[in-house]
Amino acid sequence: MAEPKQDERIPTVIADDLHIVYRVNGAKTGKGSATAALSRILKRGSDDTARGVRKVHAVRGVSFVAYRGEAIGLIGSNGSGKSTLLRAIAGLLPAEQGKVYTDGQPSLLGVNAALMNDLTGERNVILGGLAMGMSREEIKERYQDIVDFSGINEKGDFITLPMRTYSSGMAARLRFSIAAAKDHDVLMIDEALATGDRKFQKRSEDRIRELRKEAGTVFLVSHNNKSIRDTCDRVLWLERGELRMDGPTDEVLKEYEKFTGK
Amino acid sequence: MSETTHDAPVAVSAPAAPDEGLTARELAAKYGLSVSGARPSLIEYVRQLWDRRHFILAFSRAKLTAQYSQAKLGQLWQVATPLLNAAVYFFIFGLLLEADRGMSREVYIPFLVTGVFVFTFTQSSVMAGVRAISGNLGLVRALHFPRASLPISFALQQLQQLLFSMIVLFAIAVGFGHYPDLSWLLIVPVLALQFCFNTGLALVMARAGSKTPDLAQLMPFVMRTWMYASGVMFSIPIFLADKPDWMANVLQWNPAAIYMDLMRFALIDEYDSKFLPDHVWAAAGGWAVLFALGGFVYFWKAEERYGRG
Repeated sequence: MAEPKQDERIPTVIADDLHIVYRVNGAKTGKGSATAALSRILKRGSDDTARGVRKVHAVRGVSFVAYRGEAIGLIGSNGSGKSTLLRAIAGLLPAEQGKVYTDGQPSLLGVNAALMNDLTGERNVILGGLAMGMSREEIKERYQDIVDFSGINEKGDFITLPMRTYSSGMAARLRFSIAAAKDHDVLMIDEALATGDRKFQKRSEDRIRELRKEAGTVFLVSHNNKSIRDTCDRVLWLERGELRMDGPTDEVLKEYEKFTGK
Repeated sequence: MSETTHDAPVAVSAPAAPDEGLTARELAAKYGLSVSGARPSLIEYVRQLWDRRHFILAFSRAKLTAQYSQAKLGQLWQVATPLLNAAVYFFIFGLLLEADRGMSREVYIPFLVTGVFVFTFTQSSVMAGVRAISGNLGLVRALHFPRASLPISFALQQLQQLLFSMIVLFAIAVGFGHYPDLSWLLIVPVLALQFCFNTGLALVMARAGSKTPDLAQLMPFVMRTWMYASGVMFSIPIFLADKPDWMANVLQWNPAAIYMDLMRFALIDEYDSKFLPDHVWAAAGGWAVLFALGGFVYFWKAEERYGRG
């Protein structure tokens, strides 16, 4: 459980009036024909909206300060901007307006994008580790732990097979094991808790708790109110990209549950 | 800005008693927090990139291996693909069109195959560069690393691909009576310079392609025009003998033609310096340095914006 240290509050993440806007090409409603596309391009001088670029304002003016030792839950309905906010805090998505200040380099828990299905599990462990910024020595040191943790080899020598041959559960377990192998300063977890079978879920929850202890500040995005209640002492509630509520877990969750009609 | 402007956020974070009244910027300054996702200085950027060298190499090798991992013949395709490529070009330009124009077969076939392989190296680096960011947005939005790692890694993948092609090329050269001698050592600096040039070009294309993904559709045509203008299948000075001098000069000085000619010069005994333009090494080095440095700085300038897509 969390033990908030209130004696000295050191901020680790400051979001200051943060706005994030996605630009989507070719999603203009209405005519999608080639001639319509051409005429849009030819409308020179006009702004993006007229030229067929649609803007999605995903985060609208969010401000908060997170402190060392806090575990912060992010809740809100689908599409409310939770994942976008996490990416912006990590500095992976540029802000349209406003700024995020952080202590060190926040990292998202996840390496899915760096792994390749055509490679063996073995090579993916190395590739994923390197992609997260681990050194070759660190990876070598933790390689066995990662494989053991994933439990891939419990049913035979699967780690030397290409990842495309894995079942979806096995692949998810390996991905989580690689991602969780690194220690993080400010850790952000995006609904990563529920992967694999019950046994693995238990193990990954323990690992996340361990990571939390080592990390300065933790952000957790989840739709599971129970896991938020278990791990977080503060909750940010986002709705339509706006910060609707920010406060102690119980208070915010009570309002949220009223809102969602539970 | 945005389509709809919105009022201030509804809720305010819990008050921090001793720091009350400080603006976000002052609070950040007090505790030494830095702006997340800000672009590092050029020197810092180079240092970060150096720290990621193992990732860059591993990523390029992984991409290379993944390419043929589902095929029955597996990695044999690394060599078989360039061999088939050379055969097709030989069939069309050597046998059907007779583009050799007075060159003996012993010279023309290695000439043609060298041209095809060397140009393909630049061509595929450019094509991979265009998609380096736009095709890997998932990766860019998930993990932190200097974004230049991606185009550099793709250029490196093409270099490794070329090394497999070189095996085929050596076999063809020897098969047509060009045995290894000291001049073959020139292959190393030529490849190094061309790799620098290609990497720079890939960096430029990566930034352009991240903003305008349409380039991926356009570039094949640009590259094909470039290929026909660079003397891949014919010798520029022989082909343009009856045209004004400046035309041949302009075509011969273009970087693709320079690297092809130098490679032919290194490999083929009869292809001597009279086929090369003046100051050819200076040009080869100049193009390499210009594009490698220029492309790198150009790419770095947009570093913080690649996640936007």
